Amino acid sequence: MKYLEEFRNPELAAGLLADIRATVTRPWALMEVCGGQTHSIIRHAIDQLLPEEVELIHGPGCPVCVTPLEVIDRALAIAARPGVVFCSFGDMLRVPGTDRDLFRVRSEGGDVRVVYSPLDALRIARENPDREVVFFGIGFETTAPPNAMAVHLAREQGLRNFSMLVSHVRVPPAIDAIMASPDCRVQGFLAAGHVCSVMGTDEYPELAERHRVPIVVTGFEPLDILEGIRLTVRQLERGEHTVENAYERAVRPEGNPAARAMLEDVFEVADRAWRGIGVIPRSGWRLSSRYRDHDAEHRFDVTGIATREPAACRSGEVLQGLLKPHQCEAFGTVCTPRTPLGATMVSSEGACAAYYLYRRLGTPAAAQEASPVG
Amino acid sequence: MADTETLTPAPDFSGWSCPLPLRDHPRVVMGHGGGGALSAELVEHVFAPAFGGPLLAGLADSAVLELGGARLAFSTDSYVVRPLFFPGGSIGDLAVNGTVNDLAMSGARAAYLSCGFILEEGVETAVVDRVARALGAAARAAGVEVATGDTKVVEAGRGDGIYLNTAGIGLVAPGVDIRPQRAAPGDVVILSGPIGLHGVAIMSVREGLEFGVEVRSDCAALGGLVDAMLAVTPDLHVLRDPTRGGLAAALNEIATAAGVGVRLTERAVPVPEAVANACALLGLDPLYVANEGKLVAFVPRREAEAVLAAMRAHPLGAEAVVIGECVEDHLGMVVARTGFGGTRVVDLPMGEQLPRIC
Amino acid sequence: MCLAVPGRVTEIGERDGTRMAVMDFGGVVKDVCLEYLPDLAVGDYAIVHVGFALQRLDEESARRTLALFEELGLLQEEFGDPWEAAGQWVGAEEATAAEEAGR
Repeated sequence: MKYLEEFRNPELAAGLLADIRATVTRPWALMEVCGGQTHSIIRHAIDQLLPEEVELIHGPGCPVCVTPLEVIDRALAIAARPGVVFCSFGDMLRVPGTDRDLFRVRSEGGDVRVVYSPLDALRIARENPDREVVFFGIGFETTAPPNAMAVHLAREQGLRNFSMLVSHVRVPPAIDAIMASPDCRVQGFLAAGHVCSVMGTDEYPELAERHRVPIVVTGFEPLDILEGIRLTVRQLERGEHTVENAYERAVRPEGNPAARAMLEDVFEVADRAWRGIGVIPRSGWRLSSRYRDHDAEHRFDVTGIATREPAACRSGEVLQGLLKPHQCEAFGTVCTPRTPLGATMVSSEGACAAYYLYRRLGTPAAAQEASPVG
Repeated sequence: MADTETLTPAPDFSGWSCPLPLRDHPRVVMGHGGGGALSAELVEHVFAPAFGGPLLAGLADSAVLELGGARLAFSTDSYVVRPLFFPGGSIGDLAVNGTVNDLAMSGARAAYLSCGFILEEGVETAVVDRVARALGAAARAAGVEVATGDTKVVEAGRGDGIYLNTAGIGLVAPGVDIRPQRAAPGDVVILSGPIGLHGVAIMSVREGLEFGVEVRSDCAALGGLVDAMLAVTPDLHVLRDPTRGGLAAALNEIATAAGVGVRLTERAVPVPEAVANACALLGLDPLYVANEGKLVAFVPRREAEAVLAAMRAHPLGAEAVVIGECVEDHLGMVVARTGFGGTRVVDLPMGEQLPRIC
Repeated sequence: MCLAVPGRVTEIGERDGTRMAVMDFGGVVKDVCLEYLPDLAVGDYAIVHVGFALQRLDEESARRTLALFEELGLLQEEFGDPWEAAGQWVGAEEATAAEEAGR
């Protein structure tokens, strides 16, 4: 068992697809919450194999794309300072702020380094005691424990030159906000498997019950995604709305207790803006006051940087499946993958970016067919 | 460069049909050297208008020109790889094979190379010696002679030890006309072997990213393989070595240059297990990872079988496979059929490939 | 968020006061922090994200899931082949052209 190829076997997809076809009797709109799942869906083109009744609405995407413009602008301001080594996951470098991105800061002399792990940033801090080393701490609940560990170790080891710019987001409040919208079209959720590997599943039954919506914890390989869809459709057809786990090999109900304890210690829940969507109550984490010494926002005094999101962006409606990307006036004109206004154009898997790319295939029908927006 | 500045005024940013990129980047970013969309725009919007010659407009890896009755292929390339030595090769091997391959992609057998060394003050002479010997050995293996050279030294801190530049010339046989614009619907697309080896080998030893992997760069001179293919037919339409930007960039460039569509069968593209797993770990797509000893060929359908057989008979093409075809649909685009039977667009990479988390 | 991959523990040790492992990802070897899964032993598989092991992979449930998929496949054979139908929908006949050309 290698836990990888086995779950990419096209032959086994046949049975899953057959079962979905045999079960579905009318149209259903499902949302996959996680950008990683969207990536897998597009990369393997599995949305094209589903019966037409099943529509996939791409969720808020990845934490990279939903990081608010304001936080990006703060990151850029810190990274441009002399004496700062600014460390980031590779994804963040091309995400544009108001007038530039981290690539450009680097071209203007900023010391911006791509790291694989927050522990790499910690090592850089240890090796450069005379430099301020700042790590851009973004991510959902999956990435939060590694980042929390880095802050915790920095304090424990007295690495005073290490700080973190934190913009963590939490999935359950986002699901809640999407479902609470009066126009919401989403009827079932594929919950993000690796978020649940850390957090477990105990936040979801209440959501499923209150919004009467099936929530199926789903993995990332093609067969995992088909299984998540199969279980969600089955619940919908039966009129059920419970929490199911289609990713049992990596998700226990209690999650990872050690990681959850560290999150409790290092972070505290806060309201958080999502790029192109707006503020979602209690949907983020910030460093708790005990770790204020390692909080880059305070160390570099960038809290004064306040950026408003462009008003033309309607990605919130696109995310909820209320609007097709090309129906937005900014689409393809002021908003393109090079000059994105909102989350759905920032990420290459975002609904708008994918639509922009597939539009080049030619006819509107082709775009319609190939577009993950459905 | 100083001369060209006096010939033409600064580029006029306002008149571009292509939106934004350079206006977005008043300074050069790493992506301008990444072989993707940004590199292409730099050439298209700055170099081509400034130099203005018809040969450069072809935008091929090497130019084919007539001189004194001979048809010559002419190419130059600079090498800034870090680290200087990596599993399966060194900057010296790359400097020979890269330029030899650029010539081979025009159907030319490289005859002579020039070689410029830009050395950083303080670099150990033993290292220079090691690179020079690797370069010499690679040249002998490729059957090419280093005929002229140059050395410059820059101050400490202004270079990564050693930068190299090589230029090469070679003869193109009569009747051979290989260039991206000749890709035609119906052509069969053949890849000479497994992808991603060079890029993964380099990444595995790059500072800050280090991982252990039994992968060696595929760095090799492809002149002999191309000779074997030309022996079957001089009518090869396109050859391209998928270096920076990987197979995805090479196929996109061809699709754009010829105004054709490329249909790729994803399952047919050989990806070694360790390459696939390294890419999975870093969030990269093997189609975008660099190769230094592979080529992709667009061959008329009637010749495909014989060309494929000739490639497989050569050591550097032993694992050659058909990976797709050239079509009249989705002009200028590469569309892959996935292992699960759907299709996806394989876009031109924007710039450098970076590890990602989501 | 979710680029997390399965790996197998091959060595366990300490570094900078942190519990670390060498893990194998199908021929790719990388250092991984075990602080969140301190009980992980050599030979165990875990999901790894940005250099941290976050959850042990359970072989038994993986096998159970795959067995279920196989079972669905057997059922499907009795009721025709929608895989073929799905393939046609996206133009399977064209996609084989490349393979044929190679013959």
